[in-house]
Amino acid sequence: MKKCFNKKNLEKECFLIRKKILEIAYISGGGQHLGGGLSMIEIMAYLYGYKLNIDINNLTSITRDRFILSKGHGVLGFYPVLNYYGLIPDEIFKTYKTQYSELISHPIKNYNFGIESSNGSLGHGLSYGLGIAHGLKLKNISSHVYVLIGDGECNEGSIWEAAMSGSSLEIDNITLIIDYNKFQSDGATSEIINQRDLSKRWSSFGWNVIEIDGHNLDDINQAFNQISAKKIPKLILANTIKGKGIKFMENNNQWHHGRLTENIFHQAMEALDNDNVAY
Amino acid sequence: MLLTKNLSRQWCRIGPRGIYGQSLLEVAKGEKDIFAISADLGNSSGLDRYKHTFPERFLNIGIAEQNLVGFASGLSTLGFNVFISSFAPFITMRACEQVRLNLGYMKSNVKIVAIGSGLSMGFLGNSHFGLEDISIIRSIPNIPIICPCDCFEVYKAVEALSKYQGPAFLRLTGAPPTSIIYTEDYEFNIGESITIKEGNQILILSHGTILGNALKAVKKIEEEISCSFHLENVHTLNPIDEKVVNLIKNFSLIISIEEHSLIGGLSSIVSEIITNANLNNIRHVKIGLPPKFLKSGSYEQLMNEYDLSSDKIYKRLIEELKTKNY
Repeated sequence: MKKCFNKKNLEKECFLIRKKILEIAYISGGGQHLGGGLSMIEIMAYLYGYKLNIDINNLTSITRDRFILSKGHGVLGFYPVLNYYGLIPDEIFKTYKTQYSELISHPIKNYNFGIESSNGSLGHGLSYGLGIAHGLKLKNISSHVYVLIGDGECNEGSIWEAAMSGSSLEIDNITLIIDYNKFQSDGATSEIINQRDLSKRWSSFGWNVIEIDGHNLDDINQAFNQISAKKIPKLILANTIKGKGIKFMENNNQWHHGRLTENIFHQAMEALDNDNVAY
Repeated sequence: MLLTKNLSRQWCRIGPRGIYGQSLLEVAKGEKDIFAISADLGNSSGLDRYKHTFPERFLNIGIAEQNLVGFASGLSTLGFNVFISSFAPFITMRACEQVRLNLGYMKSNVKIVAIGSGLSMGFLGNSHFGLEDISIIRSIPNIPIICPCDCFEVYKAVEALSKYQGPAFLRLTGAPPTSIIYTEDYEFNIGESITIKEGNQILILSHGTILGNALKAVKKIEEEISCSFHLENVHTLNPIDEKVVNLIKNFSLIISIEEHSLIGGLSSIVSEIITNANLNNIRHVKIGLPPKFLKSGSYEQLMNEYDLSSDKIYKRLIEELKTKNY
């Protein structure tokens, strides 16, 4: 069931998913990692709405593509996407952040909903994804592994252990995406850890780096479809905007983890609608 | 594989690390999904022959323990039973959170093999000693802990783990020549302790290669005075066999002997059992390593220094017998 790439449709889906994010964040209440969830939506809609080879009726098929959310606090950019594309049923989605729910503020491995790994502590997902990718090759399965990490997450030493490993082991059935929104919990990434020339750092570790606008679906499509050199792992360095889609949240790190009051929720929905009058 | 008396003599001279590698090589011939990864300690794990025999089922991931654990866990999702080996502190502490999330929480089919645990690293010192590894792993749910008492048991444990689905921790202690406890094949099941010697007056619980020293001490005492020891090989520390709990309830003097910190290992396990069962009038003597950084020396010197040689265990037991008026 190969889907066609349809930019207009995906853009509309991004809008509808962002609505879902605001709604579930408001309904479930309390503090929410909104900024980093909103920055990854175009990439996630592209993956689940088009790119990933996943059969929603057979989520444990060994030949499925795998997606690992390494920046585990990004669940608001994850569960609503899985729900929108039919992997998480509505009645489960509604339980987000209720007691005993399987959907909490960080992913818990659950193949029934297409959640490949438990995360939350940063710097774990790339090693895990590389292990899967290596295993797929050993089993002669042509599936692809996608791992999403944050730029703040690149502070973790384990990310660089994995980076060395990916190129040394010539793992070329993996695509790493960095949601490069330039903020982390305490503020601007540039003010916390020097990550200048992040692209060069990764290419010096032997990765084929493609830097794009992570909100431009044409860019995204081109980057994901670009055939990499054999034996070299691929990295898509996606320049994104933290809080993307809700003007007053954009590049405002108060929304790294913030709470939607009734007023702010309505303002946010309005801001989102105003930017998407076409839909 | 046929386990014979001659083989046990050969193996005790090779030591647990070398026998781990040979055992994995042996079981990997039958179990096609076994995969071995090391963080640049493949040869130290006795895997040289394994990696030449099964190059497609071996990786040296580099000196990167965090990546080792995460990578192994990902690999295991494709149906591999992944054995990862490194020195005890590196794999339990450097990569502790990876172990917690990947093995404990996600229950990945990965077997940790902690080589050179206890004091067997001798002059390499505290950076390499495995003093706290049981304590650390035992506090993480879902990870069975297995501590073989001799080289045959290393083989039996590897064989059992090659068929076991889920995470586990294999702790290798001792330096060659290690004591010989078993000289022929026997039944080994994860979670089921084994009686080495039946007796009805004093219960000795032990694990790891130090058990050989305990056995020697016990034999000597029994030759000298009229006294009956029950010696139990508690090779699996997590979960603890119900049989061990029942044994504890049936003795008034219990002595735990282990090559591990007195915090968090068998000593603590026995204390917990006694407390949980509200057992009064039980004397529990804890023989183990003091909870501090230790001196270096040859393995033999260290056994003596920290009262774990068979002579020192003998003396300690005699003292206890005197206070108990046996």
